[in-house]
Amino acid sequence: MKTRLTGWGRTAGSLCEVETPSTEDEVERALVAPAVIARGLGRSYGDAAQVGGGLVLDNRGLDAIGPIGPDGIVTVGAGVSIEDLLALSIPQGWFVPVTPGTRQVSIGGAVAADVHGKNHHVDGSFARHVRSMRLVTPTGVHQLSPEVEPALFWATFGAMGLTGVLSEVTLQLLAIESDQVLVDTDRYDDLDEVMAAMVEGDNGYRYSVAWVDCMARGRRMGRSILTRGDHATRDDVTNAARVAPRAARLAVPVTAPPGLLNPFTITAFNELWFRAAPRHRVGEAQSIASFFHPLDGLRDWNRLYGPRGFVQYQFCVPDDGAEAVTRVIARLSQSRVPSFLAVLKRFGAADPAPLSFPQPGWTLALDLPVGPAALAPLLDELDELVVQARGRVYLAKDARLSPSTVRAMYPRLGEFAAIADTIDPQRHLTSDLARRLRLREG
Amino acid sequence: MENAFGQPQTIVVLGGSSDIARAVVKKLCAARAHSVVLAGRNQALLDEAAAEARDYGATTTHTVLFDATEPLDAARAVSACFEALGEPVDLVIEAVGLLGKQLEYEDDPTMAATMAIVNYAWPVAALSEVRRRLVAQGHGRILVMSSVAAIRVRRISYLYSGAKAGLDRLCDGLADSLEGTGVTLQILRPGFVRSKMTTGEPEIPFTTGVNEVAENVVHGLAGSTRVIWSPPILRYVFFALRHLPGPIWRKVANR
Repeated sequence: MKTRLTGWGRTAGSLCEVETPSTEDEVERALVAPAVIARGLGRSYGDAAQVGGGLVLDNRGLDAIGPIGPDGIVTVGAGVSIEDLLALSIPQGWFVPVTPGTRQVSIGGAVAADVHGKNHHVDGSFARHVRSMRLVTPTGVHQLSPEVEPALFWATFGAMGLTGVLSEVTLQLLAIESDQVLVDTDRYDDLDEVMAAMVEGDNGYRYSVAWVDCMARGRRMGRSILTRGDHATRDDVTNAARVAPRAARLAVPVTAPPGLLNPFTITAFNELWFRAAPRHRVGEAQSIASFFHPLDGLRDWNRLYGPRGFVQYQFCVPDDGAEAVTRVIARLSQSRVPSFLAVLKRFGAADPAPLSFPQPGWTLALDLPVGPAALAPLLDELDELVVQARGRVYLAKDARLSPSTVRAMYPRLGEFAAIADTIDPQRHLTSDLARRLRLREG
Repeated sequence: MENAFGQPQTIVVLGGSSDIARAVVKKLCAARAHSVVLAGRNQALLDEAAAEARDYGATTTHTVLFDATEPLDAARAVSACFEALGEPVDLVIEAVGLLGKQLEYEDDPTMAATMAIVNYAWPVAALSEVRRRLVAQGHGRILVMSSVAAIRVRRISYLYSGAKAGLDRLCDGLADSLEGTGVTLQILRPGFVRSKMTTGEPEIPFTTGVNEVAENVVHGLAGSTRVIWSPPILRYVFFALRHLPGPIWRKVANR
């Protein structure tokens, strides 16, 4: 069936043929199409999981969940969502060791984007917890692990589906004793304070993230709320149950009118958000859902951004480029381009994947409604700051980089493209993202 | 591929030496456009436009020749453009047009027919092929150069304006036909623009330059509005003019 697909940001759609294979054979047969890409739950913000005029393989048919072994190892179909896996694993005392800000991503998508969570500074990205996986390519099926075909194994992380279609993934889960997280919250009046606190104290916590108000100006520029925590043990909390988060009950029913999220409404929201946080609170027990996935409580929240959609700009820079974070926030605050609360966190060691996004240092993510004419040139300017600081922009969020900037940000792109050509010499595997950034050309 | 801000990377221009089209292409090349195909009737002018596109950031340019008095050749010209590019086309600008001084040729039936062919029949034939190819691609934008003159036809230029009126209305239906295909069509209605097409014509209120029009186009492409007016205030001016009683309109139009 032909469907117009976009990413979560609802920009730059294209019409694609969509099929939902449920076996490896079906995937293999589909990979003869001249242009083909896998799609999970569509939570990449840009054009990574669509290919105009081509074939999109919806991975939700690959939905088998194996039993969780006594050592916490589980094999799941690539189309299984983190939500579904948590529903199975939490009652048994296991947690998905890396989850992004939503449970609505497929395991295949988590590998394709090499997602990271609030624990990257301690636990690394998703790749670190994958023991093996099965990848269907136009030239056959590969069983991959860090030991078997390591080049293709690593090239698949962060490659946004361009090395093939994953059928199943074997993961090491994390043992937990309760479904609660003990959270410390601190409020900081400017950016320097919160960054200093994170450098100093993050290593004492498994999870850490700061929300930054990019609309605040002057002395309050970059004021932030820092939340850090770790899983509660059985002894920490009185009601140490192990209940999985439930599906969202609220939804945004229709696309909001254009301009609902404007500098005034966003400034007001940020003000409320900031004031609602305690200045200093220690050891508050929060549920997994509210700590890890606050936005999952509202289905289709992307509709709030109106018919023109939004872009997310997420970049990372090494520690010696930390000034870029300050300059980006200053530039945004000065431009008055509306941006919701931004997310700032520290990254730990990178994994060996050529296209994986995280590298040690800082990452900042911003949600920006499409509309203001100043936004496109502003983000081009931010790209330059990021490149100068030897940083990069996250492909899972991107909908607007250029082929030349992506090459400056991902110096190992050529290495990736050469590996992709070995398993797909005819370049069947492509996407609107790959065409826009010429990712298969290296 | 076009990005989230409606900035294309690959462009085909039919009528590539049009001053307005050139100004638009310059701005788009300064943003994201890297490959441009310019089609028209004068190789020297196309080469000049191609060099300009490269100056503004295009890395690949091609030119294609065609004769807009031969609508049955339009599909060939469009195919040649798409094939020269060899990758999906993000934006097709249809900017073919012929104005001249009507008083000098309005009694010549051959010229009257030529005006209808160049300003209407050729673009219609070309758009048919463009539509077919972009729909197969599953994405793409079409920008059709109409004119405010299409909204209320003036005595002084009824051959040009009448043909544009036909094209403008046709494109409204054509745009509707693209619903759900991933392809969109936008109609550009500029007012009086200082360009080589209008050299020697007296300027009227709301006259603009090609760069202002290009600015309005780039902004319009970032959104999804069906009609891009330039300057934008003409939307309201022409709402009023369209409803003026005939005798008053003739007085206004003939000034």
